[in-house]
Amino acid sequence: MARPRVTNTQAEVARQVHAAYAAVIMDHLDIPSRDTHQSATFDGGFMLDCGVALPSVTVAYRTYGTLNPARSNAILVCHALTGDQYVAEPHPGTGKPGWWKEVVGPGRPIDTDRFFVICANVLGGCMGSTGPRSPRDDGPDAPPWGTDFPPITIRDMVRAQRLLIDRLGVSCLFAAVGGSMGGMQVLEWAATFPDQVFAAVPVATAAFHSAQNIAFHEVGRQAVFADPEWAGGEYWRHGTIPARGLAVARMAAHITYLSEQALTRKFGRRLQIPATGTSSLFGDMFEVESYLRHQGSTFVNRFDANSYLTITRAMDYFDLAADHDGDLARAFRGTATRFCIVSFDSDWLFPTAQSRAIARALNRAGANVSFVEIASDKGHDAFLLDEPDFHRALSGFLSGCAEHAGL
Amino acid sequence: MRFDLRLMSEMIAPASRVLDIGSGDGTLIEYLFRTRGCDARGIEIDMAEVTHAVAHGLPVMHGDADTDLAHYPDGLFDYVVLSRTLQAVERPQEVLRQMLRIGTRALVSFPNFGHWRVRWQLVRSGRMPMTATWDRPWYETPNIHPCTIRDFFVLCAQEGYAVERWLAVDNEGHQAPWRRFPGLANLFGEQALFLLRRA
Repeated sequence: MARPRVTNTQAEVARQVHAAYAAVIMDHLDIPSRDTHQSATFDGGFMLDCGVALPSVTVAYRTYGTLNPARSNAILVCHALTGDQYVAEPHPGTGKPGWWKEVVGPGRPIDTDRFFVICANVLGGCMGSTGPRSPRDDGPDAPPWGTDFPPITIRDMVRAQRLLIDRLGVSCLFAAVGGSMGGMQVLEWAATFPDQVFAAVPVATAAFHSAQNIAFHEVGRQAVFADPEWAGGEYWRHGTIPARGLAVARMAAHITYLSEQALTRKFGRRLQIPATGTSSLFGDMFEVESYLRHQGSTFVNRFDANSYLTITRAMDYFDLAADHDGDLARAFRGTATRFCIVSFDSDWLFPTAQSRAIARALNRAGANVSFVEIASDKGHDAFLLDEPDFHRALSGFLSGCAEHAGL
Repeated sequence: MRFDLRLMSEMIAPASRVLDIGSGDGTLIEYLFRTRGCDARGIEIDMAEVTHAVAHGLPVMHGDADTDLAHYPDGLFDYVVLSRTLQAVERPQEVLRQMLRIGTRALVSFPNFGHWRVRWQLVRSGRMPMTATWDRPWYETPNIHPCTIRDFFVLCAQEGYAVERWLAVDNEGHQAPWRRFPGLANLFGEQALFLLRRA
């Protein structure tokens, strides 16, 4: 049965593990070059919250559906930490379906037959928007920013998105919708540009990043730092990527996106049959281990390590109340935006208590707020998955708001 | 629509701001929005009802009358509605105080424990009454704070609330001539409805 038999040396184990990642390192990135992404560039300087001015910013984006003549049916979808603008179509690098295809599309809760949907790669990202992989200047051989890319905030991301929607001719969003870090952006939109968001749907999110969540991010960052291939953030000089470090970061993070019930349901304590039949300390592999390794190794093919560092840091800095004298209600005082707060009962990364705190702050601000906790055993990831109650609530909320907006 | 909701909606001025506590599936707030142009919102403790209401485009949030009213600012609403829930909350007195803090007026309906059938059953059998209105045994009823119409008048006087309107009806919503006399209403009314204002 399942007892590991210890006959191997540690060195042999290390060789095996390293071999698993060697292919990934050789294989290199699937990320298409930035020129292949649809994007808009804004010259004339972009002042970041940290005080550094970027000479220009590029925002890569995708749109779906048609903007109506009144330009009043635009919905901005904000993506999470490792998401991108390919919300409702196959990812050009991996070929996988859009990350929110259950939610965005014809006849879906965010109905592209009815609404004009915009999704932009966040500032600091690696799918065409300005970030650590962007060249430092316009020179022909300009090196990437790397870890010299200035620290950015969720508000910087939102201000870059605002430039984009202005460029697209949208002066007021009908709605901003997003989960996790996307929900942080939605909250920031409602707080910073209240007159430009008719409805806001922050899903599975919080008004600040908790100490526990910062701690998990730090584990991921340390994994990247500890990979020699990271090379102080200048891995491009060696033509490599810190694949092992980034994969471990993803593995640790991925656990936080699931729930104990979901892991038990999907994997339990089942073992995969060892391929070689040789007995060794790690000759057997639990299915959950195999799954996590797969998650780690596929992630490094599509994501840039320095972007991961930059964006996790932006989430860590997020504390909307702190920007408003410590009172979250002040961030929303007098707002006319209609809110729908959604949480999932098995989400321990962004637990319902944090959504409830947002809802209560909105009550204090006198805002119009719907708040629902969806029953699901899928943990934080539930917002990305097929959750009919969530989809019904989102669809109904948007329809109700459309009626109030005269759409 | 349940008759007490219909009677309540008739007492609510058009275009008012209304909070319905225990809004259930959102029938009242939808009716107030569609027929009176009210900005009507709901709080509901049953998550399935909340999901149902939000999925119908109604602004309802999950919350508890006992704990969540404290988070609203003073005077945010013109009317705060509590229908057939007062007897089930933990602290009825505090809930009423909060209602009249966050709203100019409070609309409260509750089943009357002073009805003659309830009194008669207790006197005759010496056991907790079971009637069409009070239909759950004592060990599983959510109604932990039953009161009579007279009790409610006393509480309003004690708290300094002005009773702008009140009525007592039977379970079909019919009013009877005795509605003008609190003593008789307390004997023959099965349901009571009060419109209160901060005095």
